[in-house]
Amino acid sequence: MYYVKNDYFCAKFLKLKIFDIEIMREVLNSAKNGMLLVFLCLSAQVFAWSDTQDEGAVSTEEEIKEYIDHHVKDAHDFHLFSYTNDAGERVHVGFPLPVILWSSEGLVTFMSSAFHHDDAGEVIVERKGARFVKVHSKIYELEAGATQVDLDAKDHPTNAHKVLDFSITKSVVGILLVGLFMLWAFSSLARQYKNKSVPTGFGRVLEPLVLYVRDEIAKPNIGEKKYRQFTGYLLTVFFFIWILNLLGLTPFGFNVTGQLAVTAALAVVTLVIYTVSGNKDYWMHMLWMPGVPVLIRPVLAVIELAGAFLIKPFSLLVRLFANISAGHIVVMSLIAIMFTLQDSLGAVGATGLSLVLSFFITLIEVLVAFLQAYIFTMLSALFIGMAVAEHDHEHHHDTEGHKVPDAEDVRGDFI
Amino acid sequence: MYNLIGAGLIVIGAGIGLGQIGGKAMEGIARQPEATGKIQTAMIIIAALLEGLAFGALFLGK
Amino acid sequence: METLINDFSPGLFIVQTILLLGLIFLLVKFAWKPIMNSLDERETGIQDALAAAEKARADMQNLQADNEKMIQEARAEREAMLKEAREIKDKMIADSKEQAKIEGDKMIQQAQATIESEKMAAVAEIKGQVAELSVSIAEKLIKEQLAGKDKQMKLVDTLLGDIKLS
Repeated sequence: MYYVKNDYFCAKFLKLKIFDIEIMREVLNSAKNGMLLVFLCLSAQVFAWSDTQDEGAVSTEEEIKEYIDHHVKDAHDFHLFSYTNDAGERVHVGFPLPVILWSSEGLVTFMSSAFHHDDAGEVIVERKGARFVKVHSKIYELEAGATQVDLDAKDHPTNAHKVLDFSITKSVVGILLVGLFMLWAFSSLARQYKNKSVPTGFGRVLEPLVLYVRDEIAKPNIGEKKYRQFTGYLLTVFFFIWILNLLGLTPFGFNVTGQLAVTAALAVVTLVIYTVSGNKDYWMHMLWMPGVPVLIRPVLAVIELAGAFLIKPFSLLVRLFANISAGHIVVMSLIAIMFTLQDSLGAVGATGLSLVLSFFITLIEVLVAFLQAYIFTMLSALFIGMAVAEHDHEHHHDTEGHKVPDAEDVRGDFI
Repeated sequence: MYNLIGAGLIVIGAGIGLGQIGGKAMEGIARQPEATGKIQTAMIIIAALLEGLAFGALFLGK
Repeated sequence: METLINDFSPGLFIVQTILLLGLIFLLVKFAWKPIMNSLDERETGIQDALAAAEKARADMQNLQADNEKMIQEARAEREAMLKEAREIKDKMIADSKEQAKIEGDKMIQQAQATIESEKMAAVAEIKGQVAELSVSIAEKLIKEQLAGKDKQMKLVDTLLGDIKLS
């Protein structure tokens, strides 16, 4: 529906430039990403807008901080690059994305181009009688009677409230792209097994990764007997996080796994899985711990419940979010050395320092991208394993008759 | 100001903890090289938990 | 914490949850299940093949041991046969030698006997002829000597004289 509207808005609000469309075409051709192309055809024409009140190139410390803050947040349009044209205007190249809001007036949809790249609440978009502003990548609905958004000291609007924002934001685009990529890659791998026992081509790269997740993460943590039903989830989460982490290191500027909502959704799914699949032993150990004095048991139950329902998911979601966000901030700050130290080190020195530092940090980030995916999957598997572990199993006894602890016994010590 | 000091304290604590984990893991690997895989896995898990704690504290204080 | 909560977008959370659940469902259905099944199949296949190879190797070893045994037996048998044959040969040779010797002896004896009898016969014949000749010669001599009366008288005298003497 909003696709139809989109043309109208584009015509109304955008100064389309043939030149910029050609640039975009080149970018797209070189990217050769069929899915991106399909998405583009659906969503909108490429747009370029020029900012009259824009501050120009990012160079001062304040601007860099703001730029980084802005990047780390989600965006409602897909911004690729900016340049200053011959007329001295700042031109941004990218394309708008659909905005879907659940406001006081019901479902409202329009293209993000309606905000005209405004992020300070200056452009008011009116749809179905409700008025919306965008402040720091968040869309607010103005209260009745307000004609202009008022911001407090922390830049939070005082006369507007948040709306439920189901927009196809940049993060959602990233999620969709990665989802489609995974579906394509792994279903083609699955199809390969029909004809041959050893996959060829790209499947040969994917197969060891699948085996790695199954043999190094699922099997040892969940146990030989029950790992099968959880491997699907673990594989999905592992590849989802890893590919999105890596996508975040590309110049497209995705920061999907650095969005709290995304990591929270992942952690909540893990929470639901280990809560639903928890067996009698698990609940017994949580609510009425055997083997300790009765008086301590309620205290332990509170701690265990808090651990299972708050601390575990919170640590999962915050770890991933913080690592990826911190990585992005560090890389961008190091790139910004190019401008901030230009005065003291000279153009060549600052650029060289920035290049060397950001190169090595990016290498570390590639490692972190894998490590965080691994840790998230690993801890999910561990939590699931704890929930489905059998405690009344046969123990091995050594020659003196002492219990020899096995993997099931010591697993709890790690948590 | 105070939250910055708190953040510094968190980072110091987490640093000491991570150093302990890494150092002990190295000792363990040196003593029993055949257990490298298990030690690494346990090390990463504990480091991840510590890291989660540190990040949690950082964000709570922010 | 405040910034954290402010940055949290409930809409994105809902969208991500829906997309993630959809992705998990689709991937499990179209990718992970077939992949896991194929991998398991392949692994059990490999295990079976290894077990089969191990079994074949054991069988081969058994077979080889059997062969070895059979070869040993055949060799022993051959040796026994050869020995027997050699013995038979020796015996035959010895037998035939003895036989030949006996036969030879017998022949020699016969020959000797024949020679003896021939000799005897010859001697007898010669004796007969000699006797005949002697008789005829003596007849002729006597006839000659006793042709005249004188001579006869003389002989009688001689004979008589001999008798006297004796």
